[in-house]
Amino acid sequence: MAAVSDDPVDEDETETDGGVRAYTVRLELVDEPGELLRALSPIADNGGNLLSIHHERGNITPRGHIPVEVDLECPPDRFDGIVDALRDAGVNVIQAGAEHYGEEISVVLVGNLVENDLSNTLSRIEDEADAVVRDLSLAAPEGTEAVSSARIRLAIDSGRSDAALEAIRTIGSEKELTVVEPLLGGDA
Amino acid sequence: MQLAILGAGDVGRSVADLAGEYGHDVVALADSTTAAVDDDGIDIAGALERKAGDEPLGSSDPEDVFDADYDVLVEATPTTLGDAEPGFSHVKHALEADRHVVLANKGPVAERYEELRALEADSAGSIRFEATVGGAIPVLSTIEDSTPQAVTAARGVLNGTANFILTRMAAEGLDYEHVLAEAQDLGVAEADPTFDVDGTDAALKFVILANVLSDGGFSLEDATVEGIQNIPGSALDLAAEDGRTIRLIGEATRDGVRVGPRLVPENGPLAVTGTRNIVQIETRNAGSLHSSGRGAGGPETATAVLSDVGRLPPL
Repeated sequence: MAAVSDDPVDEDETETDGGVRAYTVRLELVDEPGELLRALSPIADNGGNLLSIHHERGNITPRGHIPVEVDLECPPDRFDGIVDALRDAGVNVIQAGAEHYGEEISVVLVGNLVENDLSNTLSRIEDEADAVVRDLSLAAPEGTEAVSSARIRLAIDSGRSDAALEAIRTIGSEKELTVVEPLLGGDA
Repeated sequence: MQLAILGAGDVGRSVADLAGEYGHDVVALADSTTAAVDDDGIDIAGALERKAGDEPLGSSDPEDVFDADYDVLVEATPTTLGDAEPGFSHVKHALEADRHVVLANKGPVAERYEELRALEADSAGSIRFEATVGGAIPVLSTIEDSTPQAVTAARGVLNGTANFILTRMAAEGLDYEHVLAEAQDLGVAEADPTFDVDGTDAALKFVILANVLSDGGFSLEDATVEGIQNIPGSALDLAAEDGRTIRLIGEATRDGVRVGPRLVPENGPLAVTGTRNIVQIETRNAGSLHSSGRGAGGPETATAVLSDVGRLPPL
């Protein structure tokens, strides 16, 4: 399998400011007709050039999805756009280049967030839930002294959502915060 | 079938009122102090009129109901927790007399499921309790038809009052206390809405579902329950910015019961609005089934009772 490579590109190839680079993207697809095509079109549509596809049909993930490894090349400044386009198309991107994406979940925390040291809450979530805080929205209509709410978007490694949520529940109960979790099971 | 109805609240009265339409006779109707009993069929309209006028239902004592010539006891007295009395003893009495029992009272099925099943095993009669979960929505019969072994989980919204409050909070940007007062004015929330908003009522229903999935083993104290009292309008606003909303969601599996406020997609099936209820039944071989409808109300719940009566075998 051709891994991520930094091989210099042929002089005759399309010239862009940063040249082109090869990337490996790991996807998880639902086992349905047309899924592979649906997953690949955002790559071409956003300036990527497909090099190879490993469709590991016999190898099913614990969630019943089929892992697919796609090698592509594109100018480095377009790579994030390709990953975003894949995600917008509803494709589950597990790993892109060196970066793990895994799963993303949102939780809403309610309570005396600011008085309870919000930044400590966030760093505990990152440590204890093994998550990366991607963004935070805070709503404190009554001022920061009163009860406020925060929505936190977290990136978590695939399959670790339950453990991460359990860790967040524990932090919430220690800090007397109400944790509104996403409903993960079923097609809610 | 000849019905004896214990409990003359909204559900008991509606069962009496609608029984004839479903081909059944009412031989007894009792509230907590008096009863109308007649083996040839009581005068239902007269009894309901007396009840509406705060007069005694009839000249008999509530205990006389058990001496009537009934096939099915309809247990529609108020739900009680813990020992689930007096509902549990009513069911026991009827089963020991080899009669059928249909419950609208959640207490006995949530708190003492195994004891009920043991009594049923020794009786010619059987018990049914569709009306205890989701009012008019056919939930337990759907699980029964799918066979409980093939159902992996049941999730959803089974408290209309809490759902109404969350819906109004999200739509109007109002806080919990405001909307609760409005709900009380509209008669959607009771004067004491504690069990609705603290999750107890929904938890009882999901405990019953867990008992059906596992053939017993759960009571209210096994459930992890959180209410909606601490959810401010700002939390719903933040959820909406992300295409989500917050609902009081229950989950019953063979591993346990959990009820609490959860983030769900705003346009997803579980985000029903107003007092509507919904149940998602997750099956092993048939994906998810969703049933939505009115989860409370006299005539609505009475239809579930009368459907159960129709499913009972002749004695």
